[in-house]
Amino acid sequence: MSEASRIRIVPAGANATVRVLMSHDMESGQRKDGSGKIIPAWHIQDVTVLLNGKSVMTAEWGTAVAKNPFWQFTLKGTKAGDKVAIQWKDSRGDTRIDEATVGSI
Amino acid sequence: MMNRRQTLQHSWAVATLLGTAGFMPFRAFAYDKAAFEAKSVTAALKALGASAPVASADVTLQGPEIADNGASVLLSFGTSLPNIKRVLLLVEKNPSALVASFSVSPVVDSQFSLRIKMSQSSEVYAVALTQDGKAYFAKRDIKVTLGGCGE
Repeated sequence: MSEASRIRIVPAGANATVRVLMSHDMESGQRKDGSGKIIPAWHIQDVTVLLNGKSVMTAEWGTAVAKNPFWQFTLKGTKAGDKVAIQWKDSRGDTRIDEATVGSI
Repeated sequence: MMNRRQTLQHSWAVATLLGTAGFMPFRAFAYDKAAFEAKSVTAALKALGASAPVASADVTLQGPEIADNGASVLLSFGTSLPNIKRVLLLVEKNPSALVASFSVSPVVDSQFSLRIKMSQSSEVYAVALTQDGKAYFAKRDIKVTLGGCGE
C-alpha cells in the first residue's frame, strides 16, 4: 500500500485552494536500469476529487507528471467542515483515497 | 469511538462494497490511452476529438522561462472562460505530448498548478475545451537545461 497523499486546504472567502502532494514514483517508461533494460512505465492514470462524497472533478495523467505529484486546484462555494477526498488509480491498478476537511478561516 | 484512520478504512471498505455492487458514487475511471500515446499536440487533440484550438487571452499558462531540471517543472494554467469541460496540458516535444487532462464541474475554478517532466526545451500548451466543443489555447516556450526523462 502506498503512502498517503498530503492534502492542504487553504480557505479564501467562499473558495478553497487545495494543494496535494501524492506519493508515487511516476516511472516514465523512458529510463533504463543498470543493465540497459527499459524500466516499464508505472504512473497514476486517474484521479477523482470528491466534495462531501460527490465527484466534482476527474483528471487523467500521463507519464509526464513529475515524481511524487504536486498539484493545486480551487473549489468554489466551500464552507468549513466540507470534506475533500482525493482518489487515484495507477497503471498497475493500485488505488488509494485520502481525505481532508476544510477548516475555518 | 473510531479514530480518523479507522473511519477512513471504513469509508474505503464501504466505497469498495458499493463499487462492487455497481453503486460507485462517482464516475468510472476512464484513462484515454490513445490520447496519452499521441506523439504531438495536434495528434493528441485529434485523439480526444477536440476541434482545432484558437489562441485566446482568456487561457493562461505560467511557468519558468528556463527550467534547470526537466524532471520537475512547476506550471500554472487555467481559464476564465465559462462552460469549461476539460483543461489540458501538453508538451510538444515530450515522448508523448499529452501530460494531463482535468475534467471539471461548475464547483471547480479552472485554475491549476501541476509539476511536470520535460524531456527537452519545448513549446508547452494549455488548452481549454468548452461544453459546446470549442477549443482555446495559450502557449509558452520553456527552455530545459537538463532533460527530465532519464532521471
